Amino acid sequence: MSHSLVTMSYIIATILFILSLSGLSKQETARKGNYYGMLGMAIAIAATALSGYVTSYEVLLGALVIGGAIGARAAIKVEMTQMPELVAIMHSLVGMAAVLVGYANFLDVSHPLIGVEKTIHEVEIYIGILIGAVTFSGSVIAFCKLSEKISGKPLLLPGRHWFNLLLLIAAVVLAGVFLQQNENGSAVVPLAIMTGIALVFGVHMVMAIGGADMPVVVSMLNSYSGWAAAATGFMLSNDLLIVTGALVGSSGAILSYIMCRAMNRNFISVIAGGFGSTAGGEAAVIEGEVQPIDADETAQLLLEAKSIMIIPGYGMAVAQAQHTVNEITKLLKEKGKKVGFGIHPVAGRMPGHMNVLLAEAKVPYDIVYEMDEINEDWAHVDVSIVIGANDIVNPSALDDPNSPIAGMPVLECWKGGTTIVLKRSMASGYAGVGNPLFVLDNTRMLFGDANATMQAVLKALKG
Amino acid sequence: MKIGIPKEIHPGEKRVATTPEAAEQIIKLGFSVLVETGAGIGANISDDAYKEAGAEIVDNAKTLWEQSDIVIKVRAPERHPELTTDETDLLREGGKLISFIWPAQNPELMDKLASKQATVLAMDSVPRMSRAQKLDALSSMANIAGYRAIVEAAQHFGRFFTGQITAAGKIPPAKVLVIGAGVAGLAAIGAAKGMGAIVRAFDTRPEVKEQIESMDAEFLMLDFKEEGSGTGGYAKTMSKEFIEAEMALFARQAMEVDIIVTTALIPGKPAPKLITKGMVESMKPGSVIVDLAAEQGGNCELTEKDQVVVRHDVTIIGYTNLPSRLANQSSQLYSTNIRHLLTELSPEKNGEINVNMEDEVIRGATVIKEGKITWPPPPPPKLSASPAPQTEAPAYVPQEPPKASPLKQLLPLIIGGAALFAIGAVAPEAFMAHFTVFVLACFVGYQVIWNVSPSLHTPLMSVTNAISGIIVIGALVQVSTPDSTIKILAGLAILIASINIAGGFLVTRRMLEMFRK
Repeated sequence: MSHSLVTMSYIIATILFILSLSGLSKQETARKGNYYGMLGMAIAIAATALSGYVTSYEVLLGALVIGGAIGARAAIKVEMTQMPELVAIMHSLVGMAAVLVGYANFLDVSHPLIGVEKTIHEVEIYIGILIGAVTFSGSVIAFCKLSEKISGKPLLLPGRHWFNLLLLIAAVVLAGVFLQQNENGSAVVPLAIMTGIALVFGVHMVMAIGGADMPVVVSMLNSYSGWAAAATGFMLSNDLLIVTGALVGSSGAILSYIMCRAMNRNFISVIAGGFGSTAGGEAAVIEGEVQPIDADETAQLLLEAKSIMIIPGYGMAVAQAQHTVNEITKLLKEKGKKVGFGIHPVAGRMPGHMNVLLAEAKVPYDIVYEMDEINEDWAHVDVSIVIGANDIVNPSALDDPNSPIAGMPVLECWKGGTTIVLKRSMASGYAGVGNPLFVLDNTRMLFGDANATMQAVLKALKG
Repeated sequence: MKIGIPKEIHPGEKRVATTPEAAEQIIKLGFSVLVETGAGIGANISDDAYKEAGAEIVDNAKTLWEQSDIVIKVRAPERHPELTTDETDLLREGGKLISFIWPAQNPELMDKLASKQATVLAMDSVPRMSRAQKLDALSSMANIAGYRAIVEAAQHFGRFFTGQITAAGKIPPAKVLVIGAGVAGLAAIGAAKGMGAIVRAFDTRPEVKEQIESMDAEFLMLDFKEEGSGTGGYAKTMSKEFIEAEMALFARQAMEVDIIVTTALIPGKPAPKLITKGMVESMKPGSVIVDLAAEQGGNCELTEKDQVVVRHDVTIIGYTNLPSRLANQSSQLYSTNIRHLLTELSPEKNGEINVNMEDEVIRGATVIKEGKITWPPPPPPKLSASPAPQTEAPAYVPQEPPKASPLKQLLPLIIGGAALFAIGAVAPEAFMAHFTVFVLACFVGYQVIWNVSPSLHTPLMSVTNAISGIIVIGALVQVSTPDSTIKILAGLAILIASINIAGGFLVTRRMLEMFRK
């Protein structure tokens, strides 16, 4: 394949990727968008494989087939509740690949460069590996946090900002050493040290971020994996990589920004970590009696209500209650009730997590509402059911300036009729915040595993 | 003390102030009860029933008025047709009277009663507050009037209220418009709804919207900002513009609906004219208007008080005695109200009453105390049953972020620009070409993603994740080098990047398949 033909294929692939992303922004075009993406990727790989660069195919084909098979298997096997983990671990793979490609490129001396071009090329390698390594270790930690292999609580080292700064300075100094030593061929040492520093930085960064901010972290790592690809593109002078990497990088950044805005939080402060520990003063202590309710009474309340809003949270994902919830929804709709789902932008552990779970349970997406769509309408809701959510329905976000989640918009379900909160026990939510909603007069607590209690309610509804 | 229940003398009045059940309760409070013979006939209550309850039957009105310490009536005192004297004259000097009085409309009556040194409690002046609800006779009567209005309408309306599909064809449901959603209006809505009609309702007070909707009726919104709530739960007079908008709404509705029930009253003023002659003409033949405001002149221009008239093929009902047309029910509710009032007046339950002017409820109801006119009472507090005025703003007021100084805003731009220039100064041309592509791609990404629907965030992330597997290209171009280390590194990179590509696209597909409408 001639060089021009390869370039042309790359342009087509780029356009397909752009179409893919824009397709994914609407329900109607989303599927088509995904296919565009696949096609673009196929064209890009085929064109590269057939270009003059590639002469031996054993390793290439073997790796592609094995890797593809592993990926496909993972995609089919994964539970929808584990989507955040899957996405996180995949980000780490991109980071890893960027590191490997960077090292391979560094070791490759077949295209000698001189002067400024050489320096720029080396800086590109250095940055590519740096971003790749941060993405890799950060994603691994995010994966561990999401799959609860390690605690979701933010790990806050004393002077962590200084520590980060120190790491950054070390990386910059090492860059200088790296550039100098490359003259005499022993540059691999500073490069390796830098890789180590970048890995530590990635770990430290994600460790310091609290559970409620996980959706931001996931989309931020998504962004990083794009920048890693773009840096690799610079390193290899490959426009396709640059464009695609920049697309992914900026889309991830925008997504993180949207998330932050939904939580009314400063982007920088989330990235810098330690959210939830900066609010001055003590958060108000929650006092009062909770009023428990049982499944039969819940069913009774639902039967008396006309309009019902269900607010799912991470607890629903953990308990795998979405199918039972859908059964209840169907039953209530048959009885002529108006049933809707209220989704907070950061419900769950990744952006759009709840939507995916509800879609899996075959809840039609036109009764699934965003927070902004319903927050005005609570007065018309007779009963709202909070399933395994806590911080996203916490009134103190609005009225207690000392609350760690102060200022975060929340679903104001307490303005409706009765709120039924499903909860395993009286423990705090992920952000470690007490919730005054639980002791309000019009709140009833339904304790137990979300799925088991929902099953009981379903049975009571069937009567 | 002796309580006297005379027979009502107003023509067509069938109610009686106390039923035997209530009389029994009143006797338990320590009073003795005298009932004029035949007092309960209109409400299907015999003298024997009163006797069984422990009351004493008195032969004629004169004796009854003379012997009673407290006289309890429904209607305000008026000229007695048989005795050719006024009921007020029958009241003993310094006696006590409990009944509807309407002090604003009957100043002469008030003066007359005052000159008798009487103490008068007006059932229509009971303040509208939560505590006084159990003795709020106006609400009891309005409830009955609203119900009866629909019954009257049904009688004069030539069709079903409910819609049906029968072998003989389809019957559309009747459409009912209720104007004024006070107690009577809501009762009318309930009754009409119960009979299967389509009910719409209008009120100037926006806070009743919820009540109307809770009865499954449609609240007709007026696209106009003006609060119609006066004090004490009543409506107030609205501005000219509002009334014009309102009239336009009624004119539209008149053409559509089959039955109109009007209950619009403004305290102390003639009823507002809401249904004009033109609107009546525009109504379908056979339609019915029930005007519950007929007593105060009527909401419809063509209403004739106490009459049923047919104008332009529309039946207009102007009865003012709707509660009396359901005499037994009204008497029951009224006497319960009376009993509650007596309980308030006689906290000791010793058969004596204490007109305690410190008590807000009694103070409000008492219009004459020992010959002194005490009406009107000090203004009542805002109706406690109405919800506290809701402020639009939530408790949390979002704080405007402090405006960054212009320098602070521009600083990133300046630094960014300087950095770009610095790169441009030293970088070779090839790099700049790539850099251009890079910056443009960032902007494309921004434009494409900005409006993404939140429900698609997860699929979007997994697809961008798959696309970032494009890094495989970097490995592909290196995999063919002879150096085996590089070959292994590149091979590994291909392996893991292709996991990413396959996994990302397939899981996205799987997710998107699940989204359904």
